[in-house]
Amino acid sequence: MPKSLISIHDFSKEEILHILEVAKDFERDKCRNILGDKVIACIFFEPSTRTRLSFETASNRLGARVIGFSDAGNTSISKGESLKDTIKMVSNYADLIVMRHPLEGSARYASEVSSVPIINAGDGANQHPTQTLLDLYSIQQTQGRLDGLRLNMVGDLKYGRTVHSLLQAMSHFSPEFIFTAPEELRMPKEYLEFLSERNIPYREETELSGNIKDTDILYMTRVQQERFTDPMEYEKVKDVYRLTASMLEGCKPNMKILHPLPRVSEIADDVDETPHAYYFKQAENGVYVRMAIIAYLLGKTNNL
Amino acid sequence: MSKLIDTSLQVSAIKNGTVVDHIPTDKLFKVIEILGLTSCDKQLTFGMNLDSKLYGKKAIIKISDRFFKDDELNKISLIAPYAKINIIRNYEVVEKKVLMLPESITGIAKCANPMCVTNHQRITPKFTVFTDKDSSVMLKCHYCEKVTNLKSAL
Ligand SMILES: [Zn+2]
Repeated sequence: MPKSLISIHDFSKEEILHILEVAKDFERDKCRNILGDKVIACIFFEPSTRTRLSFETASNRLGARVIGFSDAGNTSISKGESLKDTIKMVSNYADLIVMRHPLEGSARYASEVSSVPIINAGDGANQHPTQTLLDLYSIQQTQGRLDGLRLNMVGDLKYGRTVHSLLQAMSHFSPEFIFTAPEELRMPKEYLEFLSERNIPYREETELSGNIKDTDILYMTRVQQERFTDPMEYEKVKDVYRLTASMLEGCKPNMKILHPLPRVSEIADDVDETPHAYYFKQAENGVYVRMAIIAYLLGKTNNL
Repeated sequence: MSKLIDTSLQVSAIKNGTVVDHIPTDKLFKVIEILGLTSCDKQLTFGMNLDSKLYGKKAIIKISDRFFKDDELNKISLIAPYAKINIIRNYEVVEKKVLMLPESITGIAKCANPMCVTNHQRITPKFTVFTDKDSSVMLKCHYCEKVTNLKSAL
């Protein structure tokens, strides 16, 4: 079985740091024709334009050619072909598969039947490891380091898979956490226990405004109405977790705001003009990090 | 004299083979399934609703001329943690085995996550087994990575 990237746990701390190093190199020099002889399949069983474009850009910048589909609607999958058969077929055509699928665990299963590396571009609510790696890259690029930082994660901490994976990945780097969330969307107990077992300090807050000044990274997420059992609860909290430029007064000069995008209303437009806004650059970073992951899984990063 | 008669004699003795005793009576058929005995060609006897000090009612299975690997037997501990395994040779108990929780299981439990790929495609579910702080047996799905209580997965 070739090495795949299905979950952030599949990469050791050393591998994570290696990917970030290589991504830095690709950011400096964006056009690297090192995969001119490769075909990369981007197979999206559910649409995600943002993620697909990022992977296709990364593949093209490495000189590879891209095949695939952007949703399963008009393919043989909609005619009932099994995931196994689709993966067997595509892995005979391509040298690497980027896959997004609505079912949880589908990417792990694909990596077991595929003869080529799989990159998980999201398997339902489960994992989205390339998002985590680009978050780490963005943190490192803005702070000059990963070690000893304080992160304030804000919004939907219960269902947000990006915050869960980032929390686990950051645990390698002695962080401190602030978790700012409404009562209904608090960080699940299992993740708090994960931190306690590793002696990683955290505190839980319900107000955003008073908890910005002492943080290095403000990681914002969407608070979605459908997550609330009581719509009134949503109405009560939605503005509490809305960040505006005036709230940034007195924050640390190095503080950067990250957001996995798309945003709805949790970051006001006037924040975009502040030196703390980093979310658009963060999305751009995704291309360099995905270039690094693709190149690494195809064994092309040792002599760069 | 009657004190010396083991309750297992409520089901006739075997000459050589394996006896699985102290199975909760409602788990009998699940144990038969887990041990793959539905397609066993050896002589198989079982009893259920037998008197038991431990459960009130228990079940027992005796399999002639069949000896199991430890990890086959350990699967039983998931549903019958107090089951007792006796290895019989020439009508005598020559070995008593202590069941240990297996590290992983394949194909016994179903993932409780409705969005798990194993519930939508022909995939054999796989789990790693561990006990949580309250020593309940928990299963972590190899595919969707969700953790479920053993009770809701069987
Ligand atoms: Zn599962």
